[in-house]
Amino acid sequence: MMFAPAPFLLKDTSVSQVMTQVCLALVPGIAAYAWLVGPAILIQLVVASFAALVAEAALLKLRGKPLAMFLSDGSAVVTAWLIALTFPPLAPWWLVATATVFAIVVAKHLYGGLGQNPFNPAMVAFAVCIVSFPALMAQWPSVGLQLPLVEQLNVIFGLSPRVDALSGATPLDAMKTALKLADGEIDVAHLLANQDLYGNFAGRGWEWVAAGYLLGGLWMWQRGIITWHVPVAFVASLVAISGALWLYQPAHFASPLFHLLSGGAMLGAFFIATDPVSGCTTPRGKLIFGAGAGLLAYVIRVFGGYPDGVAFAVLLMNLCAPLIDYLCQPAIFGMKDKA
Amino acid sequence: MLNLFKFKGGVKPPTNKTQSLGRPIAVAPLPSRLVVPLHQSIGGTPRPVVQAGDKVLKGQLIGEADGWISAAVHAPTSGTVVAVDMHVQPHPSGLDALCVVIEPDGRDEWTTRVPVDHRALAPEEVRERLQQAGVVGLGGAVFPTHGKLTPSKTVPMQELVINGAECEPFITCDDLLMRERADEVVRGIGIFRDLLQPEKVLIGIEDNKPEAAAAMRAAVQALGESFEVVQVPTLYPAGGAKQLIRVLTGKEVPASKRSTDLGVQCFNVATAYTAWRALAHGEPVVSRLVTVTGNVAEPCNYEVLIGTPMAEVLKLGRPHPDTDGIVMGGPMMGFLVPDGEVPVVKATNCLIAHSERLFPPKAPEMPCIRCGSCARACPHELQPFEMYWFARAKNFGKTQEYHIFDCIECGCCSFVCPSRIPLVQYFRFAKSEIWAREREKKAADTAKTRFEFKQLREEREKAEKAEKLARAAAAQAAKKAAEAAAAAGEAAPGETAAAVDAETDPKKAAIAAAMARAKAQREAAPPRNTEQLNAVQQRELDEIEARRQAAGISPAAPAEKTE
Ligand code: SF4
Ligand code: SF4
Repeated sequence: MMFAPAPFLLKDTSVSQVMTQVCLALVPGIAAYAWLVGPAILIQLVVASFAALVAEAALLKLRGKPLAMFLSDGSAVVTAWLIALTFPPLAPWWLVATATVFAIVVAKHLYGGLGQNPFNPAMVAFAVCIVSFPALMAQWPSVGLQLPLVEQLNVIFGLSPRVDALSGATPLDAMKTALKLADGEIDVAHLLANQDLYGNFAGRGWEWVAAGYLLGGLWMWQRGIITWHVPVAFVASLVAISGALWLYQPAHFASPLFHLLSGGAMLGAFFIATDPVSGCTTPRGKLIFGAGAGLLAYVIRVFGGYPDGVAFAVLLMNLCAPLIDYLCQPAIFGMKDKA
Repeated sequence: MLNLFKFKGGVKPPTNKTQSLGRPIAVAPLPSRLVVPLHQSIGGTPRPVVQAGDKVLKGQLIGEADGWISAAVHAPTSGTVVAVDMHVQPHPSGLDALCVVIEPDGRDEWTTRVPVDHRALAPEEVRERLQQAGVVGLGGAVFPTHGKLTPSKTVPMQELVINGAECEPFITCDDLLMRERADEVVRGIGIFRDLLQPEKVLIGIEDNKPEAAAAMRAAVQALGESFEVVQVPTLYPAGGAKQLIRVLTGKEVPASKRSTDLGVQCFNVATAYTAWRALAHGEPVVSRLVTVTGNVAEPCNYEVLIGTPMAEVLKLGRPHPDTDGIVMGGPMMGFLVPDGEVPVVKATNCLIAHSERLFPPKAPEMPCIRCGSCARACPHELQPFEMYWFARAKNFGKTQEYHIFDCIECGCCSFVCPSRIPLVQYFRFAKSEIWAREREKKAADTAKTRFEFKQLREEREKAEKAEKLARAAAAQAAKKAAEAAAAAGEAAPGETAAAVDAETDPKKAAIAAAMARAKAQREAAPPRNTEQLNAVQQRELDEIEARRQAAGISPAAPAEKTE
């Protein structure tokens, strides 16, 4: 006799299906990114994925968990890709690999593995690396620099010295540094006039990468993998604070559009702050989570000492997520007037 | 046009209804033996009023309602009672219960039927007749219908909702009932309307049943009624009473309230039909419509006598050879019956031949990734993954904080979970565990009062003793013996009555003993709806059970004394 419990009918879905769709949604952004900085980024994606799967397999084995079932769930690959996409594209391979292994081993499995980690593993790795290797993490290829693939590989794998051209910064960081150095002498409009660096809105080419993430994010929303709450709240709060300061002192603060399309804003809004495991789950909780992350990201990237603030913002909000959820429990069926 | 409301959540599983809609309702042949359980509705277990050897006629009373919330049970056909004994029940627990076993004589001869015009009777009398006729909710909940036909004294009855939604996949018996017997369904609704006097009557039918809706509309018109037939969007579980009430009236009935407190009441269409047959034709509920579908060659709806073994009914649909079980109910809320011999009961709306082709085995359970899909699918707007988390950790207080008792076990959450967690299973486990603990607590409380009472009495006795020291020693001893006997009787008050009966009538005694056994078994058995739990949980369950037994609070103990 069988003991299968109801329901006997199940929707065709699985964790690996969900994770695969997240990866697919990243593809437009990755394509734009590869076009911008060259194919090296694809190499980084492979390096990170490989490191993630090896680390995952080793840890599963160590913890006596079924290998096939968990390796194929795709969650390690999502973490790996987020790391590859947030690190400088020409970072040495060992940095990317170490970061990924750290994310999987420490930030994921030491907390209990899939579904148990209180912090977003990719962001933990990012934060650890930016603190431990600030110089390497600041080496972005100068805008417009298109090294041939062989050259890029040589840089990533340390076969040739790290070229000077790598001392560039992201447009976001460049803007911050320039404003600081000029100490009020130059205004934002002047800086932005440098189309070579800043392109039309937020850094040449970067706006297309952001648009790619936006596209993928909308697709995930349409597929029901994420809800609108976090991205909308994130974008709204980022626009609100940057807009307010920009209106107050346009010479000192960049426009909301600049902030939306530069750095990790779009990736953060749609792919990082929406991580369900470490984020909020109630509708109101998600709104608070997204708004908080957007606000903190702005504050850190504009006033803080780091080139971008998305990673720290998300980690800080991860910390508050359980409390936010606890306080935001929605009223249930039939109990609405009481709540 | 009525303004419809939405309920949150819900899912859209493949409906699989067309298979069984191709044929008209057929009458299932008379089986060689009928096993009629006495306990077929919510509430008290009816008392058997026949004995082995008795001749019965179709529709003759065989089980008498026990208390107000209880409904009578009748012989489904004419024949001979061959036994009143324990048989395995169509329940996931696989427990036995007292049944009347009838060998049909093949004549299917009715007892005298007394048709009445309900309008000529007082409301109390109508309710009593419905109880005597064994009319219960046929949507699956089998709550005695007469118990829902008293309007609230303080809240005016605004809407009477009639449930013809039939949202569960595969099931089509209500659909066919409405198509073929709309007239009598509508007349039955008229009885409920007369008793409850609502401002309006709304008949909700999912919009994937246009034929049924048309037939009902035509019947309503032909009978000159003002009932409104409303097609509601097809969305599981739109046919849940609370969901349908929400869709049609906008009212949300919480678990803690009765729907009449909000001025609304809900009945299933099949219930209305049986109420009409019971009053206007004097026919008690001895059969019901059952959809036979799933892994069968000829899916169809049958009028089946209560007590027919399920395997025999399934055979009518010619199940394919790889059939490996029978699901009673739909694929969302139904369960695999423990044995093909279990009888069709009033709650049996559908039998699905189970096979791995039809319902592939589930993928292994993964950890929860907190994706929230379950919460978005939950029609009661609960947080299933939080309840799951706490149920797993056996933090049952917390599950209650997250409103586990508002869960209707509809299965939407399990349906959408990408981690394939049998969430409903965990909730049933948590609920039964909470009930068990409450029983333990009650038992402990009773034991405490009993102990205090005993102490008090002993003190009093001591005092009396001191007074009566002068009395003769022989008399003293005799009195003590009497008291001891009284104390022993007190320990099991329910069974004393049975014991007294036993002395007077051996046949009655046998039945009483069987009932006591059934009761003991029902209460003593561990909650068996937890089969899918892993080894660790199973061990913990066993420990809990052991703890219960060790504490001596298992109700099995006193009952066995009388045997
Ligand atoms: S649907 Fe499953 S995995 Fe998602 S939150 Fe609910 S229980 Fe967890
Ligand atoms: S089974 Fe319970 S928790 Fe799950 S969706 Fe239905 S009502 Fe909600």
